[in-house]
Amino acid sequence: MSRHSILRVVAKFMIPFIILFGLYVQFHGDFGPGGGFQAGVIIAAGFVLYGLIFGIENARKVVPAWATRVLLAFGVLLYGGTGVASFFLGGNFLGYNVLANDPVAGQHLGILLVEAGVGITVAATMMTLFFVFAGQDHE
Amino acid sequence: MAVTAFAAARIRNLFAVVILSGIFSLLAAVLYVTLNAVDVAFTEAAVGAGISTLLMLATLSLTSEEEKARFNVKIIPLLIVIATGAVLIYGTFDMPAFGDPNAPAQVHVAPRYILESGKEIGVPNIVTSVLASYRGYDTFGEVVVIFTAAIGVLILLGRGHDRWRPGMRSNVISEQNEEEV
Repeated sequence: MSRHSILRVVAKFMIPFIILFGLYVQFHGDFGPGGGFQAGVIIAAGFVLYGLIFGIENARKVVPAWATRVLLAFGVLLYGGTGVASFFLGGNFLGYNVLANDPVAGQHLGILLVEAGVGITVAATMMTLFFVFAGQDHE
Repeated sequence: MAVTAFAAARIRNLFAVVILSGIFSLLAAVLYVTLNAVDVAFTEAAVGAGISTLLMLATLSLTSEEEKARFNVKIIPLLIVIATGAVLIYGTFDMPAFGDPNAPAQVHVAPRYILESGKEIGVPNIVTSVLASYRGYDTFGEVVVIFTAAIGVLILLGRGHDRWRPGMRSNVISEQNEEEV
């Protein structure tokens, strides 16, 4: 695939916008359609496209195996940690009202953290699946 | 959608089946948009039509492109499928009419989400506030499921260089295991 110059140029042009759109979907999920799940998939799609065009070896240099594994666990821990944090601040597990001084701000913060956790885990999962299936998951 | 589903069930070339299932997902996404479920449509288009098609193609590159098993009709499974389908269709007769304002789904917690979530959560997109706050436990469960899926695939296929069992490499796992994934 690496000798198709049109694919290479178009992919190089597209990938930043795909990742930017993923971040937009992530952080704009409060106001429009979108959220962690969709954003994670879109960001992963950007890296997968890179892997398809420029080869798995090069993509693995951008996102090494240890990075996806750490991010995989970090997303779940961020979600669970938000729940435990609200627990220790006097609320219920995943009751975000106590995370900030006023309940609405607490909810905003909680949703932001939780969606970030979802997005990180989903993106790492999709990249892990792709790289493992593409058979280049060497550490 | 029905045409693509039947075609996917009949065609023997698995590459065509994967592409057809991608088309099916995209049509489902269009259906969700017409039902005003934009968030669901977004997920369906990204996950169903995008990533899962790609993963299926990656699986095909590990296995073969043609379906091997002969297609022969077995009577008892067919009867079970027909009976289950008939029961499910019978069950839909008790469903409230589409858009009925007195349906249980509309009178239980939906009014609270629609009327109060703006004040309680302060997020304009109700889907997000339901997903991340009111139903936070469920979403946490979903994230753990995705995490578990990735761990499972890593254990089954991702054995690059195993320090403890040097003989075990990903390429000695039998073809059957790969098809199950």
